[in-house]
Amino acid sequence: MDKIIELKNITKAFDGETVLDGINLYICDNEFITLLGPSGCGKTTLLRIIGGFAQPDSGDVIFMGKQINDLPPHKRNVNTVFQKYALFPHLNVYENVAFPLREKKVPKAEIHEKVTEMLKLVMLSGFENRRVTSLSGGQQQRVAIARALISHPRVLLLDEPLGALDLKLRKDMQQELKKIQKSTGITFIFVTHDQEEALSMSDTIVVMAEGKIQQIGTPTDIYNEPKNAFVADFIGESNIVDGIMLEDYRVKFAGHVFQCLDAGFGKNEAVDVVVRPEDVDIVPADQGQFQGTVTSVTFMGVHNEIIVDIQGFKWMIQTTESVGEGEYIGLRLDPDAIHIMKKSKYSGMFGDYSSFSSELDELSDPNSEEEA
Amino acid sequence: MKLSAKIYTGIILAFLFAPIVVMLIYSFNEAKSLSVYSGFSLRWYKELLRDRNTLNAVKNTLILAFSAMAISTIMGTAAAVGINKIRRRWYRTVMNTVTDIPMTNPDIITGISLMLMFVFMGRLFGAANSLSFWTMLIAHVTFCLPYVILQVLPKLQQMDDSLREAAMDLGCPPFKAFIKAELPEIMPGIITGAIMAFTMSLDDFVISHFTAGAGFETLPIRIYSMTKKTVTPEMYALATIIFFVTMSLLIISNLVDNDDNRRLKESKKKQKEK
Amino acid sequence: MKKKLNPYAGAMAPYTLWAALFILVPLAFIAYYAFTDNDFRFTTEHFVRFFTAKSTITEGGVDREVYTYLLIFWRSLKLAIISTAICLLLGYPVAYIMSRAQEQTQKLLMTLIMIPMWMNFLIRTYAWMTILQDKGIFNNLIGLLNLGPVHIIGTETAVIIGMVYDYFPYMVLPLYSIMAKMDEKLLEAARDLGCGSLSVLRRVVFPLSLPGVISGITMVLIPSISTFYISQKLGNGKFFLIGDAIEGQYVANNLHFAAAMAFILMVILLAAMTLVKYITTRYVYGGEQ
Repeated sequence: MDKIIELKNITKAFDGETVLDGINLYICDNEFITLLGPSGCGKTTLLRIIGGFAQPDSGDVIFMGKQINDLPPHKRNVNTVFQKYALFPHLNVYENVAFPLREKKVPKAEIHEKVTEMLKLVMLSGFENRRVTSLSGGQQQRVAIARALISHPRVLLLDEPLGALDLKLRKDMQQELKKIQKSTGITFIFVTHDQEEALSMSDTIVVMAEGKIQQIGTPTDIYNEPKNAFVADFIGESNIVDGIMLEDYRVKFAGHVFQCLDAGFGKNEAVDVVVRPEDVDIVPADQGQFQGTVTSVTFMGVHNEIIVDIQGFKWMIQTTESVGEGEYIGLRLDPDAIHIMKKSKYSGMFGDYSSFSSELDELSDPNSEEEA
Repeated sequence: MKLSAKIYTGIILAFLFAPIVVMLIYSFNEAKSLSVYSGFSLRWYKELLRDRNTLNAVKNTLILAFSAMAISTIMGTAAAVGINKIRRRWYRTVMNTVTDIPMTNPDIITGISLMLMFVFMGRLFGAANSLSFWTMLIAHVTFCLPYVILQVLPKLQQMDDSLREAAMDLGCPPFKAFIKAELPEIMPGIITGAIMAFTMSLDDFVISHFTAGAGFETLPIRIYSMTKKTVTPEMYALATIIFFVTMSLLIISNLVDNDDNRRLKESKKKQKEK
Repeated sequence: MKKKLNPYAGAMAPYTLWAALFILVPLAFIAYYAFTDNDFRFTTEHFVRFFTAKSTITEGGVDREVYTYLLIFWRSLKLAIISTAICLLLGYPVAYIMSRAQEQTQKLLMTLIMIPMWMNFLIRTYAWMTILQDKGIFNNLIGLLNLGPVHIIGTETAVIIGMVYDYFPYMVLPLYSIMAKMDEKLLEAARDLGCGSLSVLRRVVFPLSLPGVISGITMVLIPSISTFYISQKLGNGKFFLIGDAIEGQYVANNLHFAAAMAFILMVILLAAMTLVKYITTRYVYGGEQ
């Protein structure tokens, strides 16, 4: 695959505060790539640099082999779908979509043909004369996409475009965006703080935190083999415990030595161990590799979410079995349920469920609005 | 800002400040001339202090401005509270339109219309001279009212309705609930409105010109009659003083408003952080 | 149970009464005086006089007969429109620059632009007289550059300068307040979709600022069409405007004729504003629906 955009050593600071810190990234043609991270991680700023709305303090933005650091947005073959759509309120749907073509002085008949075709693609035929302010959020979203796609950019930037939609609509739009990306073959760079969205849509995910790239990979890579505690915690739920790598394929944690699939660590090296809540099997206490006491059980619909106290460390486990609070249970892990990570600055900050409550988790969820 | 933008803004500001600078400089002029500067002196300020008529006009202006402010602030605040509760659309439109009239009508029309009514009423009751301090006061209250209302109304609209309800729930009778719970919230609007009313009254010439009685001369009226004859820098000295008084009042009102806005922002921020 | 008076209606009552008595009734008095003679008998003589009175003016040694009041009215309209246009041309870039500046700068500029409004209207006009005199400050200044002197005072130009100066902030304020509310993202979107700076201004900023343009125009046009002091001082009394005519008749105690002219002014302004409102709601984005 061809590299369409390359970012080399990009840094950017606002008022002395570093927002992007040495970003190196290349983006391939035809790819659906997602910049994922909590608010304030610099993902929107990175998008704005690609769009031409911000200039990096240092480093290069390379578009199809050419350095474009100072090229203004209207001269870039890149279009943006803005967070709150930024539709022109003084124009109707048709004129919003036709906006870029009118700028290029495209003949009227051709404009008509293209706009009609584009509105069909986003399923808004018949809405030509509606005021954009009278549309629902989902419809405004489609207009914004049509407007950004009509001049066939090589790259489409999407800045949390689904943030303002409700859950059901969001799922539909995810499918549709993916479909549009496939059918047009345009490279999509998608910014979100929603990990589920990122996992379900992307070819490649770039996880960012504190102005740095934490990990780049396919959704499965990122989920199954997180590089550090931050990624493990940000993508899905994880139990992250301290462990000691006794030797290749053997790790000790929770008072037990486990077989695992990881190798290449030093002898007796301290490591972070990640165990996904759905990978723990519950068995009678005497058959378990290790044991713990259930401290809470929450019914979640498809499964129960239980918190188990194992030697003072609280684990979260998702199970379809029914257990009662206070019950003493045994637990088993398959070797492929265990993922070993090197210690990082994020070690010890995440993955302990001792103060866990689902309400708290929701409140600390990053706000959808991100300051640029 | 781009350089061109800076230069352009600079030129416009120079244009806007030219007369003010002229006034300031020539108020300290030694000579009587308004175009030749011959040295610094406080002569005209001293002369101003000896000018009985002008000092009297200052006194009159202040009396009028304070009275107009007091009446329009109280009446306007009460009116805003009432208008805010109007539910019928046509009724609200009527009230808003009427409130807008003194602001959109040219001053000369407002002045003439009031004058005609006063003269007519005076004739009806056989008074020889119907224009007086009182007619001027009525005129000033009339054109100050919309400013008070327009400052207070938005504050009322921003306010959480449950505030008063909460106070009543906690045992306050309705009027006391208003005083204790709502009044403090709209106070910044009331203060800004009051200061605006005060400065509008202080500054008004056109409407005063038409509604003033013979025995009651305000500063703008005095300035008008002074500029009919040859003008001395004394007038500039006077204007400089008025200018700085008005400006400090506005700065105060700005601070009040800023403080209020900051509080609003902070409370919003806190809500977000939760 | 006794029916209690609605406290909100009670709070509003004094104002309602005041507004009726001192806002609405006086306007009726203008009409009443306009259509009556000194003994309060119905007459249209004032209007006839307004539209037919003639006088002789001498221009370049040639006597010319003109319609006195129609000429005055036409002149008022002309000078007001020119001043408004200049205010718009000068004020629009200022408002735009301000709205795109940093928040602190915006506040500072706003205050600076407002400050002249708080110097007494009579004095700031008078100050212009001293600046623009034949031997005044302006001519001294350009004299230093070996230019001039130019004769400004007593010309229409001087009157226009005075009007532009006095009402400039009224133009900038509404323009600025609408531009400051304009979402930066819309401008970014336009650039993203291929617009250069000029194009952004023409295709997005201007259409979105139209409501501000319209209210700026009304806010400058109304006071400048009815002013009566500026022309007396800066025009040396040579350019009588409708405001001067009304004030002159008031001073001369011709209240009925003054009322008739005020009535005509009012009707024309009302018609103009209704038209503007119609256009705004009909064709301009953001008008009331």
